[in-house]
This record gives sequence, structure tokens and C-alpha cells, in this order.
Amino acid sequence: MTFTIPSFHLSSIGPWLTLTVTAILILVLDALSPKGRKVCFSWLALAGLAPAAFQTIGLWGSTGTDFARMVYIDDFANFFYLIFILGAALTVLISRQYLEDYGKNMGEYYALIIFATVGMMLMAAGSHLIMIFLGLEIMSIAVYVLAGLFREDLRSNEAALKYLILGSFSSAFLLFGMAMLYGASGGTLFLNDLPLRLGADPAMAPLVLLGVGLLIVGFGFKVAAAPFHMWTPDVYEGAPTSVTAFMAVAVKAAAFAAFARVFFLAFPAIKVDWNMVLWVLAVATMTIGNVAAISQTNIKRMLAYSSIAPAGYLLMAMVAANQLGAMSLLYYLLAYTLMNLGAFGVVILVGRKKDSYLNIYDYSGLGAAHPVLAASMALFMFALAGIPPTAGFVGKFYIFSAAIQAGYIWLAIIGVMNSLVSVFYYLRITVLMYMKPAEADLGPVVFSPALTAVVALTAAGVLAIGIFPGCLYNLAMNAVKIFPGL
Amino acid sequence: MQLPILSILIFLPIVGIGILLILDRKHHKGLKYATLAISLVEFLVSLPLWFNFNSQTAAMQFVEHREWLPTYGISYYVGIDGFSLLLIMLTTFLTPLCVLATWDDIQHRVKEFMVCLLALMSGMIGVFVSLDLFLFYVFWEVMLIPMYLLIGVWGNPARRVYAAIKFFLFTMFGSLLMLVAILVLYFHYGKTTGTYTFDLLKMYGVSIPFNMQFWMFLAFGLAFAIKVPMFPFHTWLPDAHTEAPTVGSVILAAVLLKMGTYGFLRFNMPMFPEAAHYFVPLFSILALIGIVYGALVSMMQKDLKRLIAFSSVSHLGFVMLGLFTFTMPGVQGGIIQMINHGLSTGALFLIVGMIYERRHTRMISEFGGLCTPMPVFAIIFMIVTLSSIGLPGLNGFVGEFLILLGTFQVNKLYATIAATGVIFAACYMLWMFQRVVFFKVTNDKNKDLKDLSWREIAIFAPLILFIVWIGVYPSTFLDKTKASTENFLAMMAKAKSTQVSQSHVFKGEAQ
Repeated sequence: MTFTIPSFHLSSIGPWLTLTVTAILILVLDALSPKGRKVCFSWLALAGLAPAAFQTIGLWGSTGTDFARMVYIDDFANFFYLIFILGAALTVLISRQYLEDYGKNMGEYYALIIFATVGMMLMAAGSHLIMIFLGLEIMSIAVYVLAGLFREDLRSNEAALKYLILGSFSSAFLLFGMAMLYGASGGTLFLNDLPLRLGADPAMAPLVLLGVGLLIVGFGFKVAAAPFHMWTPDVYEGAPTSVTAFMAVAVKAAAFAAFARVFFLAFPAIKVDWNMVLWVLAVATMTIGNVAAISQTNIKRMLAYSSIAPAGYLLMAMVAANQLGAMSLLYYLLAYTLMNLGAFGVVILVGRKKDSYLNIYDYSGLGAAHPVLAASMALFMFALAGIPPTAGFVGKFYIFSAAIQAGYIWLAIIGVMNSLVSVFYYLRITVLMYMKPAEADLGPVVFSPALTAVVALTAAGVLAIGIFPGCLYNLAMNAVKIFPGL
Repeated sequence: MQLPILSILIFLPIVGIGILLILDRKHHKGLKYATLAISLVEFLVSLPLWFNFNSQTAAMQFVEHREWLPTYGISYYVGIDGFSLLLIMLTTFLTPLCVLATWDDIQHRVKEFMVCLLALMSGMIGVFVSLDLFLFYVFWEVMLIPMYLLIGVWGNPARRVYAAIKFFLFTMFGSLLMLVAILVLYFHYGKTTGTYTFDLLKMYGVSIPFNMQFWMFLAFGLAFAIKVPMFPFHTWLPDAHTEAPTVGSVILAAVLLKMGTYGFLRFNMPMFPEAAHYFVPLFSILALIGIVYGALVSMMQKDLKRLIAFSSVSHLGFVMLGLFTFTMPGVQGGIIQMINHGLSTGALFLIVGMIYERRHTRMISEFGGLCTPMPVFAIIFMIVTLSSIGLPGLNGFVGEFLILLGTFQVNKLYATIAATGVIFAACYMLWMFQRVVFFKVTNDKNKDLKDLSWREIAIFAPLILFIVWIGVYPSTFLDKTKASTENFLAMMAKAKSTQVSQSHVFKGEAQ
């Protein structure tokens, strides 16, 4: 018996390799560097992310598969690579000061962030369900550890444990679903082959549906869709704030990348079936996320609940299942990365000294004390609420268009009404910042250069792609041409 | 090449914001002078619109068309016709006066206030000139934020936050449904014609089945009816008006409310003409309820600002009634009444603001006999009050008379009920005026009130000029809107002929 090694090009997975090497380098340097001497791992991490971004841009436009068809090389993956890299880079930037305050500025933190990013890339590019599962696990394990980074903190421990146990459950669901599909398709898990093979034998239809249902549970957990969202508030609140930001943005983006890729490529034939389920999930997710966020008084918890709702909007784009919907997924996730990380950047700036100021009432009077900071926060809040001329508005606009184009007018109406609910709690932050006198003595806010840069960059980005959405629209539209079924 | 006047009008205030941001925040007078200068330049820039406007045609003028998101059919498309011309002039005319009115009123966070004012100005102009539904929606929403801040930050301490949030959420509720309707319309247009566009003028031409028009009209109509505000969506208005700072109330009453009526005229009726005819009874009756209810509630108010706020509900009811007659005098009267209301009610809010600055109360019972210490004030107050009531020779009369004339042609009962509104208006306004100004000074605090300063008189002089001008010679203004109105009526008449059969079909479906 002979094995032939299929030919492959390392360049097709260039960004993965760069990042993996960076992460390993960080780990080695961390082990070698003497205790107490600080090596600037955050710069090293950025130094790895930048070439990865360039490699991704270099891959732009190429299409095909590599590594025995296990990996897709296409713009859909590339677009998501950029979202992940952007998310990781911004997370690294907001982390340093924050971790130093806690005395946790360790090499492994950055290594884990980057390993998680590599896992996400696998998810976005995997053309085989097992590849996607591997990516998901690489990402998840890194994030489990990150959530528990503050070992001495009870809440951080709770977050990590909760996330680990529930996450393992969801992975099991996902794997079980894949097994069903493996059986139903007669032995393949390639996304490209699945549509034909699944339709071949009508007797297998129930098994297919069961498999798809289990996949929905698995992915639903990772994107924090109701009713699989129960872990979100506790984990988001307990985890270090920078990790929360990373989870809310990048992990969600990765899960949606895989979710969309699998469902749009492999199951267009049974769209009717999963559409119904996702419709219900979308409505439940939006409504629960928004209604629960209203009553939160901890800014981190509020952002946690409010980050459930976008999953609902994005599910709406999945329900629409058309080109516009797929495009809006990319666009909104990018916009969301900017505005949410920006908001978390402000939270870290204001929170400082070990998260002393996380109550929303700590924000009262911020408009007078720090006008620019407050203006940026207001911008992020308005963007998250979807008010023009911000990226958040354009993103939601695309999503609602997609739903209406597909004929889901009621879903769109429920969506906009949910936006209205979200306006209420986002508005409350601006009310506190501008219309209330200061309650707590915030003391001097230290504007560390990295954090200031993040807030400034994201604010500029949110406005720029909100006012000039054309260029990104075209990029995203080209990226989703890979889904023939839409 | 023609100067892009409309774009200058939209973006000049934004440039102004940039200038304000670099100025010293402690130098209040400097900031106010700078804003005054910017708003005056804005007014000057808008003058060529008035003089170069061709009143013979209903076509859009001063048009600018640039691609914004071409693959999606979104463009930066602005232009004006007679309807928008008057409202733009009103906006640019009132803003410098508003800046003057902040001179003593606004003393904290002056920089932010001026930034909000300029942002609001840019948004208001944008709403009135947009000919692209997407662009219009963007301006419509953008404008909410500065107004929300004006009410919430500089309003009356007690209830400003409540009023600001209520204002924001009410308006947002309507406009989000409108967004859905815009998108439905967009895809309908795309399906029927093959090209996807948000171009408003192209939307006019597309045929929409009545069933769809019905829902579209309601969705757009809700957004605009909240803004107008029509009964029963008016509840945000008294709160917002009462709690807002003087200038906020002035702009809210004079310009923001007109966006609702303008929306009906520009979007709702021409795009869904058959549904518009179908809804005439409903909207006319709501307008009538607004007229009478607003007037009755005004009568019972103890707070001056609240009284004027409810009188707005009544006045805007007249406008809506006029627009829904689809007759020449009705629509023309409706438009002129929009301007009148902007001038008179704007002036009334300024007056209340001025006595509030002096006495720090707005309760009618606190005043009385103001004519003795403040004779000039009393005269100006008198003129404005009479204009609001609709005394012949002043602007209010022209608008209300035309509206009643138009209504009478269509439905005599409506006209009769509406006419009672005029009588009620005389009651509540004159009664209020009498209690504030006439008789002897009963409250010692009022004895030594200072009369109006030159700055304050300078604010009222141009307002009164136009109050009289419109009253004596309204043709100057009516001529500008004549062609647009004729065109509008022609569109509506064409739909009328097809409406009968189609509404039949709709009823059949419903069964």
C-alpha cells in the first residue's frame, strides 16, 4: 500500500503559518526571558499580524482549493482573515495597559490570541467539516484559557469553567451532527460534495435534517444565538475585558464565517427547512438580547447582552440566504468589529485600575470631563444602535434589505423594532455622559497611546465606512460570489 | 458652471463645526459671533436660490447628482422645487435669529450648543433638498441626534431627559418603519423596471398595486404623522417643546415639524397617490380632531410654552387638512401656513424665552400687566399673537383662509368644523395675551422688568416684516409654489381616476 502526498502550496496558507510561527516565537521568548524582565510581546504580536494581513491581501482574488481540497482559497476567506486580524490587532492594542494593571502582561496571552486567530482562519477557509471542527476547537481552547486568565479572580474562573463545559457540549453537538451527515452522504464531508450526495437518497432525508439541526445547535452556541446564549452574560462579564471584546467580535465572526459557508454551500437544497429554524432563532436572539440589555447597569454586562442582538441581525441575513444577505454578513461583521472594539476600548480607558469603573453610572458627566472620549463613546453607541451616518447603520441597512429582498418583511419589521429597543439602552449611555452630573469621582483618565489609538482609529473607521460604504460593498459582494446557490 | 449652492448649504455648517472646534471653549462671545457669522453666510448663500428660482416650472432646480453607491442605486441627488424652496429659506432665515436668541440664554457648554445647532442646520437643509430616498433617510435620522442633545443637555433640568428620550424614540419608531417601507419600495421598483434605484423622481412614475400602496402609505405616513405631529401621535410634542431650551423650541416648531408635512407632500402623496385619495377621510378627520383638540387643550394650559406647543398641534392640523383637500387653494394654503406657523410660533417661543430669561417662570398666573414695564415687548407680542390667530392683514389669515376655502370646495362639514378652530384660537391666544399683558401689574416681581434690548428687537424685526408681508402681499410667496402645486395636483388627479376601480379590487380581496 502506498501513500501519495498530494501537492500543496504553502503560500495558500501563508497567513496561518506566519501567525503560528509568531505565536510559537512568543511562547519560546516568554520561556527564555528572565523573570521580571519585560519583553514587549504585544509589539511582537502586532509584528506578526501585520505581515499576515499583507499576505492575505496578496492572496486576494485567487480562487481554488489546496491541500487535497481541504482548504478553500477565496475572497470570502480572505475577507474574514482581515476581520480576524483586525480584531486580534485591536484586541492586542487594548490589552497591554489593561493587563499590566493586573500584573498579567504575559507572553501566553498574546500567543493564545494569535492561536485563536489561526483557528478562526481555519474555520473561515475550511472546505471539509472536519477542518472546520479543528479550527473551531483550536479557537475555542485558546479562548477557554483566555477567559480564565485571571486565575485568582473567582468570576474569571467561573467564566472559564462555564465556557469550557458548555462549549464542550456544543462541540459535541456539532460533531454529532457531522457524523450524521457523514452517514447520510455516504461517506464524505467535503462541502462541495455534500449537496449532491445528500440529495441522492431520499430515505436519508430525516438523517440529514437531524444533522443540520445539530449543526445549528453547535454554531448557535458559538454565535450566542438564543436559546443557546445562556453562557454569554456570565462569561463576558467574568472574562478579562479585553478578552470579552475579542470574544464578542472575532469569535462571533469566525462562527458566522463557518456557519454561512457550511449552510450556503452544503445545504441550499433544504433551505426551506433550516430557514424556518433560523427565522425563529433570529427573532428570539434579537428580542432576548435587547430586552435583557435594557436592565443592565454594568457596562460590560450591557455590552454582553447587547452583543447577543447583533447575532440575531446576522441570523436574519442567514435567513434571507441571498447574495445581499451573505454580503451584509461580511459588512456588518467588519463594522461590528470596529464599533464594538471601539466601545470596549472606551470601557477599558474609563474602567482602569482593575476595572474600578464598570457601572454605567460611572459614565455620568463624562461629556463635560472628557469631551472627546465621550464623543467617541457616543459615536460607538449610535453606531451600535444603527443610526446614520455610521457603519452600524449601513450594516443594518444591508441586512434589512437582504431580508426584504427575500420576502421576509415581517422579519425586517421585527428587526427594526428591535433596533428601536436597542436605541433605548444605547441612548442611556449618552444620557448619562451628557445630561447627568458626574456621580463618581473618576479621577484622571490615563490616555495610554495604544488605547487612544484604538479609539481614534475605530471611531474614524466607523464614520468612514458609514459615509463611504461603496468600496467595501464591492469587495464584500465579490467575496460572496462563491455561493452559487444564492 | 453653476455653483453647487445646495451642497454648500449642506456642508457649510459642517465646515463651521470644524471652525468652532478649534476655538477656545471659554470664549463664549467669540463662539457665538462665529456661529452667527456662519449662519449669516449660510443665509446669504441661500439668497440666490430665491432670486434665481424659476417659478414657471415644476421641475427640480439647482440639481446636483453624484454617484454615491452606484451598484446599489444610491446617489447624492439634491434639488429643490417650490415646496422645498420656501422651507429652506425659512430655515436659513431663522437660524441666525436663533443664534442671536442664545446670546444671554445659553451660558454653559456654549461650544457644544453651537456645534449641535450647526449640525441641526445641515441636517434640516439636507432633509428638504434630498431627492434620493436613502439620502433623505440619512438626513432625517442624523438630524435627530443634535435635537436630542439640545433638549437633553440644555433643557429644563427637571424633565429634559425624559422629553429628549421620548422625542428620540417616537421619531425613531416611525422612521424605522419608514426604512422598511423604503426598502420594500426599492425592491418593488427593481422588480418592475429592472433597475434598482432610490431615485425619488423615478419612484413617482412606477405603478404600485393598491394593496401595496395601502401599507406603504401607512408606513411612511406614520413616520411623518409622528413628526407633524398629528393626533394621536402628538404626545411627545408638548414635552419636547416645554423642556427644550428656547432656541430648541423655536427650531423644533418652526422647521422640524414642517418635515412631517413636507414629507407628506413630497413622498407620501405623490408616491402613493391612490392610497392618498383612499385615506383622505381618515387623515382629514385626524387633522380636524387635532385642530379642535389642540385648541381646547391649549385653552386650559397654565404654562405658556405648553400652551403654544398645543396650539402647534392645532395649527399643523390646519396644514394637514389643507394638503389633503388636493385643491389649489388648500395645498397652497397648507404650504403658506407651514411658513406662517414657522414665523409666528417661532416668534411666540422667542417671546416666552425672553420673559423666562427675566422671570425664570413660564406660568401665566405669575404674569399680568406686562404692558406697563415692557411696552415695546407688549406691542411685538400683540402683533405675533394676532398673526397666530389669523387676523386679516397678517400672515396667519392668508393661510387659514386658503385652507378653509379649499376644504369648503371638498367637504363643507370639514370646513365648518375647522372654522371653529379659528374661533378657539382667538379664545386661547387672546385670553393668554390678556392675562399676561393687560391690566395692572399684580405681581411685584414684574414691576421692574426690563423692556426688550436692541438685540432682542433686532430678532423680531425681520420676523414681523415677513409676518406683515405675507399678510399683505402673499403672492410673492404663492407664486413660487404655484407651478409645483399645479404639478402636484395633476399627479393626484391622474390617480383619482384610476383609484375608484382599484380600491374596488382591494375591497374584493379583503373579503
